[in-house]
Amino acid sequence: MMTFDQILFYALAVIAVLSAIMVITRRNPVHSALFLITTLFCVAGIYLQLHAEFLAAVQVIVYVGGIMVLFLFVIMLVNLETLSQERRFNRQWHIAILVSVVLLVEFGTIIWRGKAALQLPANQPLMDTLTTNNSEQLGVVLYQQYMLPFEIASFLLLVAIIGAVILAKRRLSSDGK
Amino acid sequence: MFNQYFQPNDILIIYPELLLALFAMGVMIIDLFLDRAWKVLNAFTALVGIAYAAYALYRLKSNALNLSGYNHAILNDSFAIYFQFVFLIATALVILISARYLSIEGENRGDYYALILLSLIGMNFMVMGIDLITLYIALELMAVSEYILVGYLRTNRQSNEAAMKFFLLGAFSSGILLYGISLLYGISGSTDLRVIAQRLAERPSHDPIALVAVVTLTAGLLFKIGGVPFHQWLPDAYEGAPSTITTFISVAPKAASFALILRIFIVGLKPLETSWVPVLSVVCVLTMTLGNITAISQSNIKRLLAYSSIAHAGYLLLGLIAGNEYGITGIAIYFLVYAFMNIGIWTLVVAMRRKDLIGDQIQDMAGMIYKNPGAAVLMLVFLLSLAGIPPTAGFIGKYYLFASVIQTHHYVLAVIAVLNAAISLYYYFRVVVVMFMSEKTDEEKMTLSPGVLTSLAVTLVFTLLIGIYPEPFIRFAQNSLSLFQ
Amino acid sequence: MSDLTVFLINTTIKSIVVIGAMLGAVAYSTWLERKLVAHLQVRWGPHRVGWHGLLQPIADGLKFIFKEDIIPTEASKFIYILAPTIAFIPALLSISVIPFGSLGFFGSHAVRFQITDLNIGLLFIFAVTSLGVYGVALGGWASNNKYSLMGALRSSAQMISYELSLGLSVVSVLLVAGTLSLEKIVELQSGTWFGFIPKWNIFVLPLFISFFTYFVSAIAETNRVPFDLPEAESELVAGFHTEYSSMKFALFFLAEYANMLTVSALATTLFFGGWHGPAFGPLWLQGLLPLFWFLAKVFAFMFFYIWTRGTLPRFRYDQLMAFGWKFLMPLAIANVILTSFVVAWKG
Repeated sequence: MMTFDQILFYALAVIAVLSAIMVITRRNPVHSALFLITTLFCVAGIYLQLHAEFLAAVQVIVYVGGIMVLFLFVIMLVNLETLSQERRFNRQWHIAILVSVVLLVEFGTIIWRGKAALQLPANQPLMDTLTTNNSEQLGVVLYQQYMLPFEIASFLLLVAIIGAVILAKRRLSSDGK
Repeated sequence: MFNQYFQPNDILIIYPELLLALFAMGVMIIDLFLDRAWKVLNAFTALVGIAYAAYALYRLKSNALNLSGYNHAILNDSFAIYFQFVFLIATALVILISARYLSIEGENRGDYYALILLSLIGMNFMVMGIDLITLYIALELMAVSEYILVGYLRTNRQSNEAAMKFFLLGAFSSGILLYGISLLYGISGSTDLRVIAQRLAERPSHDPIALVAVVTLTAGLLFKIGGVPFHQWLPDAYEGAPSTITTFISVAPKAASFALILRIFIVGLKPLETSWVPVLSVVCVLTMTLGNITAISQSNIKRLLAYSSIAHAGYLLLGLIAGNEYGITGIAIYFLVYAFMNIGIWTLVVAMRRKDLIGDQIQDMAGMIYKNPGAAVLMLVFLLSLAGIPPTAGFIGKYYLFASVIQTHHYVLAVIAVLNAAISLYYYFRVVVVMFMSEKTDEEKMTLSPGVLTSLAVTLVFTLLIGIYPEPFIRFAQNSLSLFQ
Repeated sequence: MSDLTVFLINTTIKSIVVIGAMLGAVAYSTWLERKLVAHLQVRWGPHRVGWHGLLQPIADGLKFIFKEDIIPTEASKFIYILAPTIAFIPALLSISVIPFGSLGFFGSHAVRFQITDLNIGLLFIFAVTSLGVYGVALGGWASNNKYSLMGALRSSAQMISYELSLGLSVVSVLLVAGTLSLEKIVELQSGTWFGFIPKWNIFVLPLFISFFTYFVSAIAETNRVPFDLPEAESELVAGFHTEYSSMKFALFFLAEYANMLTVSALATTLFFGGWHGPAFGPLWLQGLLPLFWFLAKVFAFMFFYIWTRGTLPRFRYDQLMAFGWKFLMPLAIANVILTSFVVAWKG
């Protein structure tokens, strides 16, 4: 007998994986985007189950509300007719699927056999989700414990911005020639 | 303001990186005020930044600071400092040869140098990091800058294609790497490599999940150094990228990725040695052999060097497989040597880029001895060094690596490696033959700008010096042995 | 009764009441708008159906239901039908975390005038409202009509651009309050300075600027004049909902007004002390007065919305983008920095 939590988890997980498959198999990019949104929502739901409310909300705000809207925006802007007529996969997809399935089964078996290992060590203090606020904990982890990676990530974003400008801008004023 | 997560010393530990960041942004801002004719100043700015960073690093090395910082996210030990010096040297040399090349390509802008410096910051954190999250973010910082730099020639289709391939495969491999990292975190409950090592040691030796973690981590990391079978992106990226960038990514990021691999495998995954050594041995043999054999049939000098660089990654893996002091010293000294000889040879390739001639076919070098005897002789020295012939520096590196596997009784590996070195002689000398024995096909002179000349002089001197008098350099490289502490 | 049953009954009743009230308020906002704009333009507005046209919204509703429901043949059918729903549901959802009043007592039961208090309430609102853009974007795309598509594109660009300054402007409130729970934010605004200035956030120095950025970007987020480019009728027929008719159109319409109400309610909660106001009289009155103050403040915002519509012309598209990115966003960021300095200085 599964508990309510488990049923919810499996429902979310199954929907997430199925829609992820749909993302790559749909011909129409808008449909793909919608399925990706579904996947992201399900993941947010799973975060909620883990008592990571902040993460869930941010997942929805950033991915669903921000990034995917931009995706849709771009998809709508480019010519859909040509896009949906192109083949989704190249000719090697049979082999690729075979390899993926083999790999999946392999990893699945291994993880199944070693699932006892996935329990956290006993001396690891679990986060106290009831007494302190989840957002607060995340803040402490992000801005104190992992402060340095967080700051490096800001440089990563800077690089991404520079890259976007370099690659997207048609003609820069200081070009030679 | 200060607490257990943030100590006053922490800022000092990353002082070189802070300087680099400052200069990276400074280059972009100064670029705005520069006239087209003065764009070369950007290169100077970047060089000044590197010089400052090198000085800061030197001070850091001589000060006895507590070099673990940010709640143990980084560990700036002498291993890290050694590799950072290698990056700084390589980057400085690349910047020297970039200015003229960029103005020929018509893309002479400040953001190029900014990206190189930012990528350098990423590499520095990669060798300092001892925490998986820091390592991963730093790796991405380096990689994303590289993707952009590879596609820097926007009007060049080949450059775009190379960037696209590099980016897609790189992103894919990062995903695999991240999967491995998450599994490691799952079984150990920590992102600190030292804690992970402790936890792994407490577990049974053939833990299936740890095995998956190791395999995925290995796959992801091998992508970054271009180990077979994850090497397909490498020749295309090297060929399509601007030659200066190829010079850069064939040395510094490769060294950084290797340092990262050393840190993860020697520090974090040491308890699982029995499971990753066989995997890496197979990869090592494949990488050496495939790289060398494919290089034979190349007619494009960039592709030839790309395959040769794959083969070199194979040699370097020997040091990791041995995993002893000799092996680590070998990898360290090899990268120092590799920085000089590889940048030297790529500088010559860059210099062959002249008006209306890309200069990347081996045939373009025909009769170089008549046209430009100096360049031809330099090319010969660097090729000899790549092949590992004494008295060039390449010999010292190969000697250490081969000796390390013999020490750990991996005789088969040693034999295969030596055979491979022999194969590589064949294609290196094919280039020499074209240079010395064919008639010249055109009269175009090479563009030897002051930067290129400086770079050539430095690389030549060190390639020979390390080969003839290796003693101080080896002592320098032995700094990296702090990895074992 | 177990705790769970109490909770379920409690929440269900509250949801029904709040959604009912919300829909009623939405219906009558349309009446208010028509009436007010009419008076601003020296007209009468609706006055045939009922006293001063008070039954007009009901007549409109009936008309919507009986209209023919048209789906264009070339439309992407599923998404075409899905879009109005996506627009409508988030609009209703977001009201669920807003506190309407203090505790009320029904017999011995203490009832909170709020459907639920999440400790990430504010983020919840942002998460939910950020979904609203899908209704518009997908609706415009699925219609397979160039005006609709143009409206959808404009709208997604606009909503994303202004969502940034909207989010940033709220950050300074969070910095001052130190919590994401809307109820706690309201609680922190109780009391007065010198006995007569209420301790509302709007009177806290740097937060005045955030109110400005908040409200301007909120108007843009709800696609209202002067930022109503997604439906700019003089250029795009009716924008993203050109092809929609009957109830589907009604859903878009209702969503727009529901969003206006949410945004007003949030402005009240964050900057104007929520349900706080002078409480006096007998106990039952003291219980109900907070509700009254809350509604009064929301009404004031709605009035302001309609007032701007009656007064201002529409922005040009490039002006809209320039204003959002080059003025509002830097201002919001500067304000966040300023506020964090103030907060740090005050310790």
